[in-house]
Amino acid sequence: MKNKDINKVPSLEVHNLAASYNRMPVLWDIDFQIPQGVLTGIVGPNGSGKTTLLRNIMGLMKADSGYVKIFGEDLNKVRERVSYVPQRESVDWTFPASVREVVEMGRYRNANLMRRLSKTDKEKVNIALEKVGMLEYANRQISQLSGGQQQRVFLARSLAQDADLYLMDEPFVGVDAATEEAILEVLSELRNEGKTVVIVHHDLQTAYQYFNWIILLNTRLVAAGPKEEVFLQENLREAYGGRLTILSKLSNLIAKSEFPVREKGFKETEGSGDGQS
Amino acid sequence: MASLSNYISILDPSLLVVMAGTVLLSISASLVGTFAFLQKRSLVGDAVAHAILPGIALAFILKGEKDPLILLFGALISGWIAIALMDFISTKTKLSSDTAIATILSVFFGFGILLLTYIQGQANGNQAGLDQFLFGKAAAMRQSDLWVYGGLALVLILAVFLFFKEFSLLSFNPDFAQSLGLPVKTLRFILNTLMVLAIAVGIQAVGVVLMAALLITPSAAARSWTDSLKPMMLIAAMMAALSSFAGSYLSFIAPSMPTGPWIVMSLSLMALASLFFAPKRGMLARLLQQKKHQRKIRNENILKAIYHFSERSDQQKDWLRIEDIQGIRAFKNDSLKEGLKQLNRKGLLLLKSHQLQLSKRGEQEAMRIVRLHRLWEMYLTQRLRLKSDHIHPNAETMEHIISPEIEAQLLRELDYPDLDPHQSPIPYENDN
Repeated sequence: MKNKDINKVPSLEVHNLAASYNRMPVLWDIDFQIPQGVLTGIVGPNGSGKTTLLRNIMGLMKADSGYVKIFGEDLNKVRERVSYVPQRESVDWTFPASVREVVEMGRYRNANLMRRLSKTDKEKVNIALEKVGMLEYANRQISQLSGGQQQRVFLARSLAQDADLYLMDEPFVGVDAATEEAILEVLSELRNEGKTVVIVHHDLQTAYQYFNWIILLNTRLVAAGPKEEVFLQENLREAYGGRLTILSKLSNLIAKSEFPVREKGFKETEGSGDGQS
Repeated sequence: MASLSNYISILDPSLLVVMAGTVLLSISASLVGTFAFLQKRSLVGDAVAHAILPGIALAFILKGEKDPLILLFGALISGWIAIALMDFISTKTKLSSDTAIATILSVFFGFGILLLTYIQGQANGNQAGLDQFLFGKAAAMRQSDLWVYGGLALVLILAVFLFFKEFSLLSFNPDFAQSLGLPVKTLRFILNTLMVLAIAVGIQAVGVVLMAALLITPSAAARSWTDSLKPMMLIAAMMAALSSFAGSYLSFIAPSMPTGPWIVMSLSLMALASLFFAPKRGMLARLLQQKKHQRKIRNENILKAIYHFSERSDQQKDWLRIEDIQGIRAFKNDSLKEGLKQLNRKGLLLLKSHQLQLSKRGEQEAMRIVRLHRLWEMYLTQRLRLKSDHIHPNAETMEHIISPEIEAQLLRELDYPDLDPHQSPIPYENDN
């Protein structure tokens, strides 16, 4: 590992990940890698498990099987190199806090537990605010923000983390044209710095234009790779042409009965099938 | 007023100690409670308050006397079991969290009352004074107890300061806290423990039944006054302090009275006052704002009516009568007179013995409103593709709201039109 060219380590590797939501399997053996320095879109129709995938990568849910490696390591070893932007609607924006206070949260870590932020932290917060064009609103209360401004605050919080891998959940939903432009500019800047960005995105129309790497998802992995290779008629038809009926029937069955998704103590063996184990 | 012999000076040393203790307890409860309030866990606080009763009663039965440390320990254990059970029920069963809260509250409280009744029947039951745990009695706290409870309250306040940053993040966006790798489970455990301890301490003053009020009401009231967390906690702490100050004083001059209801009543009064009188968010401020808007709309309508009159009537006359305006638009007489007076005061209108005329500035203002009305009608027909017979009512309201910024944008987008959809001219200031 040590002698390997560091750039060849994928920024994100998802290996055979299976996951359920409310006991209903929504991800079936997802397996892909993302190289460093690409702008990736995780694209798929509603209910295709995009958010569940992101939450599993961030360790916010427990997977049924499989694992995730970030820069070849476990998430816990590289926490400070990863930034996560949750869906805008997932928090209560009437919370009594100012724009600056929310962005400062990006600088919280175990090292400054129970302590105040340092001067460097505050500088980074200001730079992040300026990058998304929110510095002049820094002291405004978050309850007064428009949807686009809320999204920019989340983006600034993420930039303040100074990470190498950014995972964002639907940052383009419900934002105005100016914010969309601001986000895209920040993203391309990140990419120019060699950082990796992974974005959950439901809109097929804009996906091709925004990203250069695409993961096409519909409860299973349909395709992953450079956008030119993924955006093929048959792939898109497969991802958006409805669910696999037998698969969703089985999912429902698992959800209703108390049936495990993986047998207890099951360990993957080398080999490719039950014939040769 | 109490007679002189009953009167106790506010400087009486024993009263001072009790007051200081009670104030400290309330402040700690209100600060810890802020986070329960922000996490929308107010009911959990109420359930835990009721659920510590069996713990206290059992601790008393085992020890045989009111040892504050043992009682606190009992409270902590039963409070924690209640929290764990509520979490278990709402995550592992199909019952919703409100069912879990209601169930735990009543089961634990019922069991607690059962134990209390048993204790009252025992020989040492009367000196136990455990019924004070139900409604609180600040004056009944012994000096030695006070040191324990007051000290613990100080520790709680200190803990809130130390973990302020983490607790705010945990309340605002727990997923993000976890994504940062912060020890979210440990932080939750600490916050829950602080809450149980704050309750265990706070019931000395207000009792089990009313404890939730001390936990939640201060922050709920403070929320009306501010939009940022630190001032909000400061205001909450001050309200809690003030009400417990009053409550503990009362429990000295009227020893038969429980403290809890007094504290809670004064807190509720403050909360009610906050809801009504707080600036911006309070009901009164909002009512005044609405009144102001109504006046603005009426006055602008008067200006518009005068403008319309001169636009429509053939014979130009300089001075209009009130009936002329009424002929254009039916105003209520009183309201019209009031509006004319206000416009006159603002220099938009000239009055001469029951006759009136727009001043120069009034004319500009009237023009602006008519322009906004007609511009908006243009916008509705052109951009929203509404039929021209449907647009008038909408424009009647919007003309009063459209800001200069939006006006400029409208003008740019519509390219300074001359006529509105009803073929009326759109007035501009330079083309008198």
